[in-house]
Amino acid sequence: MIRDAALVAAKDLRLELRARVGMGQVLPFAVLVLLLFAFALDPDRGVLERATPGLFWVGVLFSSVLVLQRSFGVEAEDGILDALRLSGMAPAAIFLGKVAALVVQLAVLEVVLGVGVVVFYDAQPAHAPLLLSVAATATLSIAAAGSVYGALSARLRSRDTLLPMLLLPLLAPVLISATRGFEVGLEGHAGGGWSWVALLGVFATLYLALGAFLFRPLLEDA
Amino acid sequence: MIRTRPNPPKNFPSTGSTYRRRCLVPDVGATVPLGRSAGRVDGPDRPPALAPIVRLRSAVALLGRFPALAGVDLDVGRGEILLLRGPNGAGKTTLLRVCAGLVPVTSGTATVLGEDLVRDRTAVRRRVGLLGHATHLYQDLTVAENVSFWARASGSTVEEGRAALERLGVARRLWDLPVHALSAGQRRRTSFAAMVCRRPELWLLDEPHAGLDREGRDIVDGLMVEAASVGATVVFASHELDRATGVAHRSVTVEGGVVQGGLLAGDAVPAGRGS
Repeated sequence: MIRDAALVAAKDLRLELRARVGMGQVLPFAVLVLLLFAFALDPDRGVLERATPGLFWVGVLFSSVLVLQRSFGVEAEDGILDALRLSGMAPAAIFLGKVAALVVQLAVLEVVLGVGVVVFYDAQPAHAPLLLSVAATATLSIAAAGSVYGALSARLRSRDTLLPMLLLPLLAPVLISATRGFEVGLEGHAGGGWSWVALLGVFATLYLALGAFLFRPLLEDA
Repeated sequence: MIRTRPNPPKNFPSTGSTYRRRCLVPDVGATVPLGRSAGRVDGPDRPPALAPIVRLRSAVALLGRFPALAGVDLDVGRGEILLLRGPNGAGKTTLLRVCAGLVPVTSGTATVLGEDLVRDRTAVRRRVGLLGHATHLYQDLTVAENVSFWARASGSTVEEGRAALERLGVARRLWDLPVHALSAGQRRRTSFAAMVCRRPELWLLDEPHAGLDREGRDIVDGLMVEAASVGATVVFASHELDRATGVAHRSVTVEGGVVQGGLLAGDAVPAGRGS
């Protein structure tokens, strides 16, 4: 299973390197969202500083929808879902491979957005271990939940609009927890922040288990 | 009635033994001798103890609520090349997809490669190769990357994928091109290579000659004949009857979701049903 998951992850990352959709479209979109928030809130600098964690994660969530649409859109083209079903790879391995590739792509996105909030919003990462832990668990949650709903909507003609409508409400708890965790991390008081990491860890575990269990029927129905 | 195996096409590609062993010999265990002569697969010489590779009885398959297959009776023997004839919309593609385990059988019985498709249609999938109208290729990956991925995904090696590409006549200079830059014919050959390198025991081909030039068609015909000669089974649908009937051992007509003449000689017809 690990071999198949690594194969799928490597294929997805190679696809991204070839097509450069993330680099060419998603990253500029994410930076643009940050800039627009800065333009809208800059007159009241205090509001911008207080809203930084939320704006960061809203930017990540919106951008992740684009990454997910691309990731599952290519699987829906030209009979590839059939080929995946015929390949003999375990559906759970395909799911884990997709999640792994998404985690890498979202991590790159978050690094860029992280630099963006430091530059544009004057954010100061006071407690890096907490911030990194929040980012890691939240990213895993987004990738796992996104893969479940990405597969669900893959073959639907309305997938471009359906995916964000299904996914964003589901990720609201992740958005809240990651935002609270980042607030604590930016303030430098790590103590209360680890409970948010633990909660995000529960979300990530839940979505991963759900995805590994559900991916076979999702692949069949896709 | 099964006809005598025809001679291979004039441009039958060379049958390198390494390729034969790596890419065409299915994992069929010790019950079937490998590399048997072409004549062995004809009806009269088929070992009587072997059950048909494909056995459908009164099989019904629905697409939505439409009965794309409306009670199919069909047997296909090991090493046989079976041609499915019939007009558009007759159910040929659905029949191939049922045999691949992609479309459920809602009533009747269906056994493919010993697997009961009614009970579990996933087990047979890794043992069949399906080439349909879609290419099953990632447009942004190169030819070599695509074939390598599908080879490894099915447990074959990268070398087997490359051997298949060479066998399909995909020029090496094209291997590093993304698939979207290829012509339709080269995409078809690449797609065929990705299927062949999986070493399927049952080849399910939907219009395998479509989009190919004469050389490519000859290669495909040669591969079908060679696959059957080493014990794989080929079921293909084609509208190019002149070419297809020259390759097939037997042909059946699919029309209105049923197969006419789908049973092998001597097989019992279910009570109350015609064949």
